[in-house]
Amino acid sequence: MSRAILYDSTLCIGCKACETACASRWGLPYDDKIAAEERISAHKLTAIETHGDKFSRRLCMNCAQPACASVCPVGAIRKTTLGPVVYDAAKCMGCRYCMQACPFQVPSYEWSSRLPRMRKCDMCYERQSHGQLTACAEACPVGATRNGDRDDLVREAQKRIADNPSGYYPKIYGISEAGGTSVLYLSAVPFEQIGLRTNVPQAALPETTWRVLELVPDIVSTGTVLLGGIWWITNRRAEVAKAEGKTGKGRHK
Amino acid sequence: MKVKLPKITVWRVIFAILMAAGLYATWLRIFYGLGGSTNLSDKFPWGIWIAFDVMCGVALAAGGFTLVAMVHIFNIEKYKPVLRPAILTAFLGYLLVVVGLIYDLGRPDRLWHPLVMWNPHSVMFEVAWCVTLYTTVLSLEFLPIVLEKFGLHKPMEWIHKISVPLMILGVLLSTLHQSSLGTLFLIVPSKLYPLWYTPILPLLFYVSAIAVGLAMTIFESWHSSRAFGRALELELLTSMGRVLAVILSVYLWIRFLDMSHRHVFDLLKQNRIETWLFGLEIALLATPMALLYQSRIRRRPGALYACAVMAVFGVITNRLNVGTTGLEAGSGVHYIPKWSEVAVTLMIIALGFAIFRFVAGRFPVFEAQEHEVAGSHQQEVEQAEEVRIVVG
Repeated sequence: MSRAILYDSTLCIGCKACETACASRWGLPYDDKIAAEERISAHKLTAIETHGDKFSRRLCMNCAQPACASVCPVGAIRKTTLGPVVYDAAKCMGCRYCMQACPFQVPSYEWSSRLPRMRKCDMCYERQSHGQLTACAEACPVGATRNGDRDDLVREAQKRIADNPSGYYPKIYGISEAGGTSVLYLSAVPFEQIGLRTNVPQAALPETTWRVLELVPDIVSTGTVLLGGIWWITNRRAEVAKAEGKTGKGRHK
Repeated sequence: MKVKLPKITVWRVIFAILMAAGLYATWLRIFYGLGGSTNLSDKFPWGIWIAFDVMCGVALAAGGFTLVAMVHIFNIEKYKPVLRPAILTAFLGYLLVVVGLIYDLGRPDRLWHPLVMWNPHSVMFEVAWCVTLYTTVLSLEFLPIVLEKFGLHKPMEWIHKISVPLMILGVLLSTLHQSSLGTLFLIVPSKLYPLWYTPILPLLFYVSAIAVGLAMTIFESWHSSRAFGRALELELLTSMGRVLAVILSVYLWIRFLDMSHRHVFDLLKQNRIETWLFGLEIALLATPMALLYQSRIRRRPGALYACAVMAVFGVITNRLNVGTTGLEAGSGVHYIPKWSEVAVTLMIIALGFAIFRFVAGRFPVFEAQEHEVAGSHQQEVEQAEEVRIVVG
C-alpha cells in the first residue's frame, strides 16, 4: 500500500493551518511575513496560493517514479515503498540536478548558506511510518487536505466528482502527471487556473534518460571491439608498408 | 640568475584584471555562498558555471580524443604534429572543468561522493565517473611529454606498453560522457525549448564535440604558431579543415532531419529570443561549413582560422542555449548571470590560455616530431617487434 495526499481546492478556505503545521514539523520559523509568501522555498516547504477566489496548495508531489531520485548522482533521494520521496542531506553534493529535473519545480535550495542543502516536503515520512497522519492533513480544519492510502483517496476523489459534477473540473491532477504522483488535486476550474503546470509529461520521466543510459554496456563493448579492430588493421597495414621499405611517410615538415 | 621583472603588455594587463575580478568573485562565492555570487534561483538552478565552464569546457577539450583516435587508432600519421597540443588542451580543459565544478557545486567538499555513492540510473553519475577516469587517462597520455622533457626513458616504456588499451579507453570514455552531457537534458522535456529538446540530443552533442575538437586544434595551432614563431602546419590544417567541413555537414544534416521528423520548423516563424539564438547557432556552424568546402579558403591561414573560430563559437552557443537560454521560457524565469559568475568564467578561460602557453613554452609539446625523429628509432623497432608478436 502506498500513502498519498488528496488536496481539494474547492474545500480549502486558505487558513494556512497546513503551513503552520509544516513549519513546526520541520522546525522552521513561521511569522506573518513568511505566511504572506505565496511560494515554496527552502524555508517554506508548503505554501497556499491565492488565485482570485480560489486557493491552491504547493508541496512536493512525491512522484511514483520521481525524476529527482533517478537523476541524483549520489542516490541522496529515494522513493520509499510507503510513498514519500525522502532526501539524505549527508550524501548531497549540491549539483542541483534534482531541481533541474523536477517537472513541478519543487526542490528548493539554501542559496545563502555556506553548507547548503536541498529542501522539499517528504510527506512526513517519519510520522507516516509511525502510523500518524502528515502534519498538514492533521492540521487542516476543513478536510481540504486528506492523507491516506492512494487507492482509497483516488476512489474518494472520483466519488466527489461524481456526486457533484457541476462543482468540479472532471479530472484528478496527479493520476498520470509525470507517470502518477502521491499528491492528488481536485479543483473547480481547469488546473492551470490554480497555478498547476499542465504541460507536464503524462509518462514517468526517468525513462527518458534510462533509454540512453542502458545502452552504455553495449556502447562500451561494441566500441572496444570496433576500435581495437580498426587499430589492429591500420597498424598491420603500417607494419606491412614499413616492411616493404615504404618508410619516411610525412615525418618531415 | 637575476630576477627579471615581467614586461607589461596589453595581454598581461588584461590577464591581471581578469584574475583580480575572478579572485574577488571567488571570495564572494566562499563567504556568501551561491546566493551571494550567482543569479541562480530555485526555478533556475543551473547557470553559466554549468553551461559554459562544464558543458563548453568538456566540448572544447574534445580535440584530445578526436586526435588520439585519428593518429593512434586510425593510424593517420600526418596528424601527429598536432596530437600533443590537442592532448594538452584536453588535459587542461578537464582540469579546468573540475575547477568550474568546485565553484558550482553547493558542497564541493563532496566532489568525490558519486565515486562511492552509486546511482547507475543517474546520467550525472555516469558523467562523474567518465570525467574522473578520462582525466586520469589524459594525465597518462600527457605524462610522456613530461618524461621526455626530463629524459626519463624507463617509465616512458611502461606507459608505451599500455598505450593502445589506454587510448581506446580514452576514446570510449569520451564518447560516453560527451554524449551524456546531452542526455542530461532528456529529463526536462517540458522545460527545454523544442528547437533543442530532442531524444537524439546525446548524438548531437557527440558529433558537435568532434567538430569543435577539430576546430580547437586549428585554433590553437594558429595561435601557437604566432606565439612561438613556428611555421604553421598548413598542409595538415588544410586537410583538417576538409574533415571539419564534413563533420559539420553531418551534424547539420542530422539536426535538420531530426527537426523535420519532429515538425518544429513552424516555431521558426515566431519572433522570439529562442528563434534568434537558434539562427545564430546554425549560422555560426553553417557558414564555416560552406566556406571550408572551398579550397582557396582552406589554404589561407587567416580564413581557415576564422572558420575554426566560428565553429567554436557555434558549439559554445549551442551548449549555452541547451544549458541556459533554452530553459528560460519553460522554467518561467529570466536568467542573466551575475557579474561574479562571468568573472569566474573569464578567470578560468584566462588561466587556460596562460597555463597552455606556459606548458607549451617549456615542454616538448609542439616540437614532438624533431624529438621523435632523433630519439625514438629504437622505440619504433621495439614497437614493431611487439606488434609482430601480438599479431603472430
